[in-house]
Amino acid sequence: MSTASSSVTVSDQFPAGLRVLVVDDDPTCLRILEKMLGTCLYEVTKCNRAEIALDMLRTNKNGYDIVISDVHMPDMDGFKLLEQVGLEMDLPVIMMSADDSKQVVMKGVTHGACDYLIKPVRIEALKNIWQHVVRKRKNEWKDLEQSGSVEEGDRQPKPSEEADYSSSANEGNWRTSKRRKDEEEEIEERDDTSTLKKPRVVWSVELHQQFVSAVNQLGIDKAVPKKILELMNVPGLTRENVASHLQKYRLYLRRLSGVSPHQGNSFISSHSQEPPYGSLSSLSGLDFQTLAATGQIPAQSLATLQAAGLARSAAKPGLPMPLVDQRNIFSFDNQKLRFGEGQPQHMSSGKQMNLLHGIPTTMDSKQLVNLHHSAQSLGSLNMQASAHGNPSGQSSPLLMQMAQPQSRGQILTETSGGQVPRLPTSVGHPILSNGAAGAMLAINGIGENSRGTGYNSVSQTSSVLNFPLNHSAELPGNSFPLGSTPGISAGMSTLTTKGGFQEEINSDIKGSGGFMPSYDIFNDLQQHKPHNWELQNVGFAFDASQHSNSLQASVDVTPSVLVNQGYSSSQRNVQNSNVSAMGKPIFSVGEGSEHGIALNVGQHLNSLLVDNSTRVKSERVTDTSCQPTLLPQHFGQEDLMSAILKQQDGLGPAENDFEFDGYSLDNIPV
Amino acid sequence: MERNQQLRRQLASMRQSLFDQGHLDEQFILLEELQDDANPNFVEEVVTLHYRDSARLITTIERALEKSPLDFNKLDGYMHQFKGSSTSIGAKKVKAESTQFREYCEAGNGEGCLKTFQLLKRDYATLRRKLEAYFQLARQAGPNEIACRPK
Repeated sequence: MSTASSSVTVSDQFPAGLRVLVVDDDPTCLRILEKMLGTCLYEVTKCNRAEIALDMLRTNKNGYDIVISDVHMPDMDGFKLLEQVGLEMDLPVIMMSADDSKQVVMKGVTHGACDYLIKPVRIEALKNIWQHVVRKRKNEWKDLEQSGSVEEGDRQPKPSEEADYSSSANEGNWRTSKRRKDEEEEIEERDDTSTLKKPRVVWSVELHQQFVSAVNQLGIDKAVPKKILELMNVPGLTRENVASHLQKYRLYLRRLSGVSPHQGNSFISSHSQEPPYGSLSSLSGLDFQTLAATGQIPAQSLATLQAAGLARSAAKPGLPMPLVDQRNIFSFDNQKLRFGEGQPQHMSSGKQMNLLHGIPTTMDSKQLVNLHHSAQSLGSLNMQASAHGNPSGQSSPLLMQMAQPQSRGQILTETSGGQVPRLPTSVGHPILSNGAAGAMLAINGIGENSRGTGYNSVSQTSSVLNFPLNHSAELPGNSFPLGSTPGISAGMSTLTTKGGFQEEINSDIKGSGGFMPSYDIFNDLQQHKPHNWELQNVGFAFDASQHSNSLQASVDVTPSVLVNQGYSSSQRNVQNSNVSAMGKPIFSVGEGSEHGIALNVGQHLNSLLVDNSTRVKSERVTDTSCQPTLLPQHFGQEDLMSAILKQQDGLGPAENDFEFDGYSLDNIPV
Repeated sequence: MERNQQLRRQLASMRQSLFDQGHLDEQFILLEELQDDANPNFVEEVVTLHYRDSARLITTIERALEKSPLDFNKLDGYMHQFKGSSTSIGAKKVKAESTQFREYCEAGNGEGCLKTFQLLKRDYATLRRKLEAYFQLARQAGPNEIACRPK
């Protein structure tokens, strides 16, 4: 039976027919694997060169469900292939090697492998690889939902945890979870195949008009996806669709108003429940104007944002936390990224708290701390941005703070508001970035690294975007918020895309003119990643931790890109599978970005991302498994975003990077 | 029939001695388990693939060992590949020697590498010879077997 839709339609036969692509330069191993996989009733395609494998994957985008690759190969490093696949196709990738040293396995995890098998591989280990496909899809689905149902949330970590261990070692565990998932999935699948595959929503002009009028009716500040959805009253439209669209829209508005499009907030917000964001959103709405006009963030707005952010974090305690822990656990190369860990970042030096400086906040200390954290990151980011003369940067800190509440708190260990002071000039921006808070988190990472002053600003912007204005589950991955901020997008994207990129991105970013933020973000993200990975396959670490949205979005090169990211991320979440993939589109979107530099960075990042091979969210393995069904749905949103952006901003680039498998740009209504 | 039974007995004894002498481990059995009607010569096919590929590696390592000074990183890399391949067919002794060789590489012990490599080559050749004889016999003893060596 064809695996393409089998998982959805034929549960009892599944996983037979699963389409596996196995890559290994050793012909002996390759032959043995082929035979073993055949015995498992999978449809096997073998390949002895990584380049050829990539070609095959590209030409036949939806032709495979999962990829198994050796680590040591002559023509291309297995990890590189892993990243590429994650970025481009968003498929679950399993790494194998005779090398079982911790470092190598860790590398696999950080690069996004959904599993790591030690050679000689036993057939029992292969029998269960289908779980990664299912998981990925499931995660994507879940991301789409973004309803934040506790259930899902609970479930999520489980699969990811299981994915932590090599399948062979964890068979027992996943059998249980698998069973559970099986049942759930089977039920879903049987009942409604469409549940897994979210049909792409095409935002036609009319639909968009309806959307806009609903938003206006509610007031941009109060426009929350849920309410918008109700007002629109369009059958078949989901909250997630609206949420992601709203993100884009906000970004668009920002751009119009001349404020850095940190709107990405949605990422952050998406993460948390709507209510908290609501307040934030409202701020953003107002802020736009304010910011645009004065470039100062009205104290109230900030406060609101903060409150909102805090609320958010409160709302979603689960997400942010892990990031912090993760960081500790995973000591990535980018030490800089270590935000949460109490890094010596300048940001956290109490300055970060400054972000909130001057703004009356009713948040309690705890929340404040969260904010600070975000603020810190933002702050640092902003600081840098300021250096660049990027007004938005400043605001970012604020935003960052906001973002913090969500889960990013980790990032900013100190809310001392040190950041705030930096922002003075760009106050205006922060507001926008309510969602940026989330981004801030991402950015925080960047801030830490603060490669250069330049990127701070960049990152900041992202935070702004991230601000959960959209909180509508768009941004599950808190980390993405970074991506949302246009400025940071560059940085953000890098972050999200892969922890692995960090290094590369960093260097790239530097070149790009100081988009360090992305680097930092990336690092930060990576750090977040650990958390994420737990949850999901690394793919995009952020996704896992937050909602993987942000990560995906991180690729944003430009603010606009970021925005898309944010949106995309939410959408992506559904797809989840490949954060990397997400990263790509982001770039394209941002092209119109206001920040020329951002673009560069973004592009830069893009390439980085590609190189780095998105981290596959092994843990969670959002099962995006090339199944077309899943992907298309997600893309729909992205397409929408780009379409919208294009429409609104006349941005065209949006499409370019959508290379994801299964993501059909064709859907772009525009 | 008689002849066939005799052949089979001989075959079984040959096989057993390979295990007893430590040349093969469980991995070989797993390969045998993978063999089925659809792939009746699977084990031989894999073993042949292995020897063809590893011969190349042996030559490469040999050449690298002649260089001075020794590039331990490279040697380790080659041996890693070789080891992986040997492991997959269950070549027990060869695998152990590969591990030993890599340890010497890590320690930068050229002498150790050379010595180990000699042992490795010897055991590698022995196993190859034995397996060839084994498969040859298997082809004779096998009922519907068409003795065709996978190219």
